[in-house]
Amino acid sequence: MASYSTNEFKRGLKVMLDGDPAAIIENEFVKPGKGQAFNRVKLRNLKTGRVIERTFKSGESIEAADVIETDMQYLYSDGDNWHFMDPETFEQISADEKAVTEAKQWLKEQDICTVTLWNGVPLSVTPPNHVILKVTETEPGIRGDTATGGNKPATLETGAVVQVPLFVNEGDLIKVDTRTGSYVSRAKE
Amino acid sequence: MTPPLVHWQPTASLQILQLRARTLARIRQFFDSRKVLEVETPLLSAAANTDPQLENFSTLTGSGKRLYLNSSPEFAMKRLLAAGSGPIYQICKAFRQEESGRCHNPEFTLLEWYRPGFDHHQLMDEVEQLVGILLDPPLTPNGSERLAWREAFQRHANIDPIRADCSGLMKCTRNHGISTTDRLADGDREGWLDLLMTHVVQPRLGRGRLTFLFDYPASQAALSRIDHTVDPPTAERFELFLEGIELANGFHELTDSKEQRQRFLQDRQQRSKAGLPLPPLDENLLAALEHGLPDCSGVALGIDRLLMLISGTTHIDQVLSFPSARA
Repeated sequence: MASYSTNEFKRGLKVMLDGDPAAIIENEFVKPGKGQAFNRVKLRNLKTGRVIERTFKSGESIEAADVIETDMQYLYSDGDNWHFMDPETFEQISADEKAVTEAKQWLKEQDICTVTLWNGVPLSVTPPNHVILKVTETEPGIRGDTATGGNKPATLETGAVVQVPLFVNEGDLIKVDTRTGSYVSRAKE
Repeated sequence: MTPPLVHWQPTASLQILQLRARTLARIRQFFDSRKVLEVETPLLSAAANTDPQLENFSTLTGSGKRLYLNSSPEFAMKRLLAAGSGPIYQICKAFRQEESGRCHNPEFTLLEWYRPGFDHHQLMDEVEQLVGILLDPPLTPNGSERLAWREAFQRHANIDPIRADCSGLMKCTRNHGISTTDRLADGDREGWLDLLMTHVVQPRLGRGRLTFLFDYPASQAALSRIDHTVDPPTAERFELFLEGIELANGFHELTDSKEQRQRFLQDRQQRSKAGLPLPPLDENLLAALEHGLPDCSGVALGIDRLLMLISGTTHIDQVLSFPSARA
């Protein structure tokens, strides 16, 4: 199994920590005037999302995690699993609910997502930064009112609820920023 | 073919480069006015520091002889002192492998000076005077404190580092929310002390003023004298901290060649146990000590870190024209 020495530590490196895959967020080298050097590291557990601090003796090695990020097309959900396809090999994989907790409200069939795989199994799914989704339910729009402020909730075809301007109607397509969950603009197909 | 992505630009601003030049000029002025002689010693040497926690760079001559890049100019400067140089200083590059981070670059600038006839307390006074005028704004009276090593742990980590055993030190790190890997959990007392120092004590030192730490434990004497008249014996060594950053390390220098050889051999033993390379002993230094090193104190001060503190920058790359990643 591949491993990394502390002097290879850098942001983004994927390693095994306490049996879980983790990504290095921050790595600080500290050393007293005379004596042992340490690497003071912040990591994100890729299964739970929790941030952990851990100090290593400099020169120590740590097992690498077989974690890759790959672009895959979202196909459909059967309620228990979410199915994705590699657009080049047409190979299909399925992700369980844990992997899509954050992403599922933005997943639209055929959109290209980033799937993080650990030993070939989806760990998490990141939707595109921007998605275009249909409004399925909202209070009727106020025609012509494109200038004054004010928002209202709108339910989208994926079940997500976002705040939209008053002029948005049911059946409209809107562009949403999935990183913040906020409305960007109206959109055409 | 597309050329590879390069970062040819310096990481330090022009203002910082000017600050560096100005600071070096003021240091030279300071020592010139005090009749301390500027010297140069070789960066490449046939011998090297044996400190087990320090990894030397080395290179080969055309004829296959191994030479080491100096990790500090200490050994050669002591040979000058033994030859009768009187007080001397040097501004030079020093090289240490595997040291890279917010306050470390594998190649860095040191100011090192020696004062025959000074003990480490007198040298602390002079360090304070020099750093005091280089800081911006200059150091105010009462802008400096002297703190014994033991008291620093008591004050900032709430533990007596001399009485505490390994499990006590371990518990103390846990109480401060520091989580380590299993490999630290062995009976390595010095390792736990280093951990507490770097993670808990040091970040609290030098806040808003200079903190000189002194009376180090004999186990951390490095190349300093050990005072056996106190119990437990203490090393006549000091370090200077400002805003949690270690700026300088000084010794009332060990002059006994037999003890020096003993310490080198101990280092080599530790290196060999840890599977580290074994650089040759500096027989030139030992011969110079045998001939007679005057009673003196010496200190090394990190110029790059000093520039970080003067300029208020947070990463060493910001004060280096080209850090190792761009060198």
